[in-house]
Amino acid sequence: MKKSNDHGKPETGHESTNGSGQKYGMVIDLDKCTGCGTCMVACAAENNVSVRADQSDKERVITWMRLYKISNGKKFPHTEVSYFPRPCMHCDHHPPCVSVCVATATKLDFNTGIVSQIYTRCIGCRYCQAACPYGARYFNWWDSFPQDKGMDRYLTPEVSPRMRGVVEKCTFCHHRLMRAKNQAYAEDRRELEEGEYITACTEACPAQAITFGDLNKPDHKVSQLIKHPYAFRLLDRLGTEPKVYYLSSRDWVRKLADNFLPGEYEPVVNRTWAEDEWSTKPGRDEF
Amino acid sequence: MDSPLIPHGVKRCTPGVFFLWTLPWLALLAWGGLSAFLCLWKGLNQTNMSNVFAFALWIVFDLAVIALGAGAFFTGFLTYIVGRKELKSIINTAVVIGFICYSGAMVMLGIDIGQPVRGWFIMWHANIHSMLVEVSFCITCYLVVLAIEFIPLILENRQIEKVKELRFLGHNLHEIMAVFAATGTFLSFFHQGSLGGMFGVMYARPFAAREGFYIWPWTFFLFVLSAIACGPCFTILCTKLTEFLSRKKLVPDDAIEFLAKLSGRLLAVYLILKTFDYLGWIYGIVPRSGLTFMDFFRDGPYGVWLIVAEMIFCGLLPAIILLTPGGRKSQGALIFASLLNCTGIVLNRFLFIIVTLAVPVMPFDRFWGYLPTWQEWGIGLAVVGYGFLVFSLAYRYLPMFPKEIELNPVPSE
Amino acid sequence: MTPLSFEWQWNIEYVIFFGLLYVALGIIGGGITFVAIKTALQVFGFMRERKFHD
Repeated sequence: MKKSNDHGKPETGHESTNGSGQKYGMVIDLDKCTGCGTCMVACAAENNVSVRADQSDKERVITWMRLYKISNGKKFPHTEVSYFPRPCMHCDHHPPCVSVCVATATKLDFNTGIVSQIYTRCIGCRYCQAACPYGARYFNWWDSFPQDKGMDRYLTPEVSPRMRGVVEKCTFCHHRLMRAKNQAYAEDRRELEEGEYITACTEACPAQAITFGDLNKPDHKVSQLIKHPYAFRLLDRLGTEPKVYYLSSRDWVRKLADNFLPGEYEPVVNRTWAEDEWSTKPGRDEF
Repeated sequence: MDSPLIPHGVKRCTPGVFFLWTLPWLALLAWGGLSAFLCLWKGLNQTNMSNVFAFALWIVFDLAVIALGAGAFFTGFLTYIVGRKELKSIINTAVVIGFICYSGAMVMLGIDIGQPVRGWFIMWHANIHSMLVEVSFCITCYLVVLAIEFIPLILENRQIEKVKELRFLGHNLHEIMAVFAATGTFLSFFHQGSLGGMFGVMYARPFAAREGFYIWPWTFFLFVLSAIACGPCFTILCTKLTEFLSRKKLVPDDAIEFLAKLSGRLLAVYLILKTFDYLGWIYGIVPRSGLTFMDFFRDGPYGVWLIVAEMIFCGLLPAIILLTPGGRKSQGALIFASLLNCTGIVLNRFLFIIVTLAVPVMPFDRFWGYLPTWQEWGIGLAVVGYGFLVFSLAYRYLPMFPKEIELNPVPSE
Repeated sequence: MTPLSFEWQWNIEYVIFFGLLYVALGIIGGGITFVAIKTALQVFGFMRERKFHD
């Protein structure tokens, strides 16, 4: 098994996420997102995310994929709203959560770019939660599932449910990567085709707002989309290097994705959604 | 009733009065015990911690008591390594306080982690890049050192001393105490620093992130300095409280005077460096993250007043009092300054823990509030109760203040 | 990466970190052993008890 240190520099002789290995990433088109929440539901069902009878305690429920509602803050009729799905960003090179973990329970896999979480290794100190600026890490405050409600029959067999007292987070549906790899192995292939491994949220999104693929493969759609002038990352200037990108034609949305001092933000297109419907017209992606 | 256990030549209250005195502390311990049981049995949902406030009251208590307990390693260093003779009259007190603080913090941390049974993973699967690993390693080792420093004092109990083997053991331990004190100083230096480093390395949290030297953020050095600046003051406070309650003088003025002066000087140096740290942060890291200093205090109850209180009222003011000879001589001023100094350090830790987590980093995220539950208070206050209890027992049955008889000659019976 | 596998990497950071840790533990352990042996020798009369000075 290849091992790398936590400073983001792989040991000599091993591939980095910039090298010829895989670097899985995601692009979420916020202009297409309708805020329906299917990604959240699909994610929770796929990954055996625990539920409680009352899910209204938003500070303590577990939502690997979380949908934020953002607004430009203007009064009617200039009000605009957008939805902002937020999975784990799978930060590259030096994720804030990885180097702080005391028990080496979370790792950045330099062969896939996926930030993993080993539940049986986690001691539940929650230092990673404190270090993550995205709030993408969740602690199991309760035992995972009500024992006598028959809910265990709905569990995904490929994903282990988590015990109380450990931290969990989006894994880019890592089990699907394993499944795809097994399939490829059975068919005597070494490489995965584009679309062979996608996350549950990508598959479920009815608006097809989520694109998933290998950022190291120039022919994958994600690699092209991230070069789009509308592409941006959440809290990019902190230097976390997320592998989740967003697209939006609306400047106020892009501006809300990071902190800017007055006058610092440079608009990409100085037009708003309400003024210009161009962003939804065909041909937009070939910008 | 327990007079055979009380050291020769000193006067202590009657067993009945002592029993009554321990009652409130026993009550706190019982409250803490119930809380701990609930947290271990039902889980951390018994607290009001959340995915936003991953660290909360307990970590504030932990960092606070560890900073206040720094008097132990620093006084030990000055007594055994530097060789300050006058501190021999107060070193026992410092060691007992240190032991109480560190053991209390360890127990609290054991309940704070979600899977206490896996605590040993920190040692076994250690991620050496994590500051918290350094903290855990050093605190565990240093607690052993503190226990070793505490044991000779326990063995000096009048009845235990009668056992020849234990007397030899105590004397021999005492003779090579400098070795343990040196090891303790090394360990303590690194974990006090790493506790600060823990927050400085969170580079994606602009409120806590700091630049630094090599792998150590500036908070590493500032936490060491602030701990040794306030530790002696806490030792002074505990001594003064014991003197007030027992209505007699226990430690000669020269020891207190020395510690107070040292504390004042260290605090002054700390304040200067901390000011540079704040300025470097306000004009470096904060604007680079796209924020202004005031952005951190937009919502919620945590305002700039916290920093003003930390730096001016609980920093500059006690430093001035401790640096002026008149301030150190006056009992009231000395106690006031020590109290402020200790409060300042607790405020500093509070800022790094609670305010760091309360300030949302994503612009569209909201501010969340947090108030501890009775279970959290129970465990936090149990450490206070435990401290009072152990300190009282040590004062009653052990020769904790070697100069007590000299300062309070009792007419022979 | 099983719960029982020991994390060790042959790099300088590990050597420094665990080196210092084991030096500290060694001093503590060695000190205690020294005291224990000395006490045992005194108890069994192989060594004269020295007067303890404050």
